[in-house]
Amino acid sequence: MAAMTYYLEVRNLSKRFGDFTALRDVSLDVVEGEFVCFLGPSGCGKTTLLRSIAGLDPQTSGTISQKGRDISALPPAQRDFGIVFQSYALFPNLSVTDNVGYGLVNRRQNKGAIAKRVAELLALVGLPDAGPKYPAQLSGGQQQRVALARALATSPGLLLLDEPLSALDARVRLRLRHEIKALQRTLGVTTIMVTHDQEEALTMADRIVVMNHGVIEQVGTPQEIYRRPATAFVADFVGSMNFMAGTLVAPDRVKVAGVDFACPPQEGLAPGQKVSLCIRPEDVRVRDLPANIANRVPVEVAELDFVGAFCRATLKAQAAADVAVTADFSSNLIRDLGVEIGTKLDIALPPDRLRVFA
Amino acid sequence: MSLVVPGLKVGLSRDDLMMRAGVVLLAAILLMMLGLPLWALLAKGFEDRDGKFVGLANYVSYFSTPALFQSALNSLQVATITTLIVVPLAFLYAYALTRTVLPMRWLFQGISLIPIFAPSLLPGLALIYLFGTQGFFKALLGGGSIYGIDGIVIAQVFYCFPHATLILTTALATADARLYEAAEVLGTSKRRIFFTVTLPGAKYGLISAALVVFTLVITDFGIAKVIGGNFNVLATDVYKKVIGQQDFSMGAVVGMVLLAPAALAFLVDRLVQRKQVALLTARAVPLVPRPKLGRDLFFTAFCLLVSAAILTILGMAIWGSLIKYWPYNLSLTLDNYDFAKFDANGWDSYWNSVRMALGAAVFGTLLMFTGAWLNEKTRGFGMMRGVVQFLAFLPMAVPGLVLGLGYIFFFNAPGNPLGFLYATMGILVLNTVAHFYTVGHLTAATALKQIDPEFEAVSASLKVPIWRTFVRVTAPICLPAILDIAIYLFVNAMTTVSSVIFLYAPDTKLASVAAVNIEEAGTTAAAAALCVVIVLTSAAVKAAHLIADRFLFARLQVWRRR
Repeated sequence: MAAMTYYLEVRNLSKRFGDFTALRDVSLDVVEGEFVCFLGPSGCGKTTLLRSIAGLDPQTSGTISQKGRDISALPPAQRDFGIVFQSYALFPNLSVTDNVGYGLVNRRQNKGAIAKRVAELLALVGLPDAGPKYPAQLSGGQQQRVALARALATSPGLLLLDEPLSALDARVRLRLRHEIKALQRTLGVTTIMVTHDQEEALTMADRIVVMNHGVIEQVGTPQEIYRRPATAFVADFVGSMNFMAGTLVAPDRVKVAGVDFACPPQEGLAPGQKVSLCIRPEDVRVRDLPANIANRVPVEVAELDFVGAFCRATLKAQAAADVAVTADFSSNLIRDLGVEIGTKLDIALPPDRLRVFA
Repeated sequence: MSLVVPGLKVGLSRDDLMMRAGVVLLAAILLMMLGLPLWALLAKGFEDRDGKFVGLANYVSYFSTPALFQSALNSLQVATITTLIVVPLAFLYAYALTRTVLPMRWLFQGISLIPIFAPSLLPGLALIYLFGTQGFFKALLGGGSIYGIDGIVIAQVFYCFPHATLILTTALATADARLYEAAEVLGTSKRRIFFTVTLPGAKYGLISAALVVFTLVITDFGIAKVIGGNFNVLATDVYKKVIGQQDFSMGAVVGMVLLAPAALAFLVDRLVQRKQVALLTARAVPLVPRPKLGRDLFFTAFCLLVSAAILTILGMAIWGSLIKYWPYNLSLTLDNYDFAKFDANGWDSYWNSVRMALGAAVFGTLLMFTGAWLNEKTRGFGMMRGVVQFLAFLPMAVPGLVLGLGYIFFFNAPGNPLGFLYATMGILVLNTVAHFYTVGHLTAATALKQIDPEFEAVSASLKVPIWRTFVRVTAPICLPAILDIAIYLFVNAMTTVSSVIFLYAPDTKLASVAAVNIEEAGTTAAAAALCVVIVLTSAAVKAAHLIADRFLFARLQVWRRR
């Protein structure tokens, strides 16, 4: 099999601002046509990485190549990308038509061709009649779509989205998520989006790059990131996770507050090491526990927080009151089992759903 | 640990190269307009009359001449007294404008700005009519004389009032209503709210206003010239040394002494401004004053009083200019407006002023806005941009007389290839633009900072040259600021006396200078008439700006509407 060539190859990228290191030896490959999300808390370096790829904030060291071409030292104008900012950066004094056509006018196309292309793009983003309006007359969501059309107008090979949905309200954000994703799939344009919203990343991305403190913590599909977080940071940042302090006593056993739990076999961790035993609240089993089920724990319900579709229960181990896990209980379950504060019941932590982090 | 990170050398795009070339060119222009003339002035202070280097001899002789040294003390005294009067007065006025319910607020605001449109000698002339040897109210002085420190201070208060009021209005206008609500909910007394919320909020405005007034008084020349009598100040000394005694070296020394307090005030202001943080966050709720009878009556009365004083001074100048022979024949006439009778140039000097002001407005606005844009938007190139930034701030600290003197030494120096500019309209325009560079540059830079910083990134990604975005997007968005700069330059070019008084040739004499000359020759009425023409012109231009802003540009800028 021939070696796979990637559309975008980032190698050993570092970026320092004075004494502050924003990116530390970051390497990453992006396949052509892929939708990649950079996810992380603010200050993790995700925007810096995006701006390095665009050439707006050049890296201190390392290389970037796009479609086999080394673009590391090229100014932005000589790179091939379209960009959409959180602020939209629409030109307020130009009409929507002029905004979308801004990059086309420079390419010596005739007026008819430009007008046709602009109309096509506006139809594509679902704003066929917005042409004569000015940005200030559009809603936030509409402005974002115009910005998207403008970025796509010159048919760039790479689309960069810098927190494009952060300034919108929740409902519009949900709808635009689907629209952007559908558009990207139709056009097949390689896309990188920066976001701090895990739900956004999980629903939109083909692959997620989770970043923290200037390094990549994990790269994977949304399922991989959620099901098999590679580090404690990823486990904590994406979704909810219970952390229980314990000690690894055998490659596949962790002792928490005197109780032994079976877990998937751990490589690279020596017995005797302090670890965190982790499980997601929705993975905690309560109903129909077989008699011989592994990791059974008798608990007492300490708190019940109503969240709408379900309740998040805080459960304290009967044997050790300082060990607690949260679990998601559906309304049905609460009704069927008559769960209330103080109820005593047995739960099980399925070994294949347990994660162990040093 | 080093702050300099040895980085990857990133290639420069055509835009980058063009911008950098622009910054270098701008630095060269500013150096020619400011840096080199000031350097020439500095050097002149160390030469004797024949141009031989004499070290500090001139300075020694300056400080050992009691009469000259006394002028420095006089300047400080006048500046201090004026500051102590103007700042509280302007604070109350600004407070009335922003924090009380004032009937016809716009009118009071407009009246407070009138002195800006007048050359500084206008209040001096008006005071002569009111309290001079043959003044209306001379008896009120009880044997005292308006010529001297009293006259200077009163005229300076008139002249400096709008500047302090503008700064304090801005400072007081930015208040968060929630701070006041919080204080009231906590049961704080009005007095305590004033001292713990209002005053601290305006602290930087007060300091800034005091420093601006102090500098204006120290560096102003027109008032002391007209009404100073035998009370000498630094500014009149420079004039006497250079024009009267042709002692350029000593003039340069006095100029350097004049530079010191102005530069010091400027430095203090920069330090204070750096400490200031935005009090008004994006989430602040603007304070809207609620009616309160007693307070509103008091402040309306106060504003009426101040406005009456301003209008009296302006009105006196206008009336005086229309009177046949003060105080013996009070019948009205337009004879005093026939300037040819009093000055060889006649009305030509007025048209020179208009031409000069238009030139300064066009050339200056172009240079200031393009320059600020180059300096804000160029990527990297920190050193050179720092140089430009420094040069752009320099004029704020340099009195007009000092700059004008520097121009003589620099442009008149034998062998200077720019010598052809000497005694032309060009040098007057150049000098005026240089003198008022800082405010224009700051206005442009502020406007540019307010627009989305990503416009240039978007243009680069769309492969559109940066200058195209400048012409199509940046400049149109900043049109209001561009017009503000142009009007500011026009008005100041019409009224300035200090920087241009050394630079005119017989055929390029300006109206403000002609007014000084006519007054010197003893014809107060004609000088007043010329001042009135200047006021009317600059006020008319400002009014045209406001009207155009309201009707014409509203149509040009539909895109601002939601």
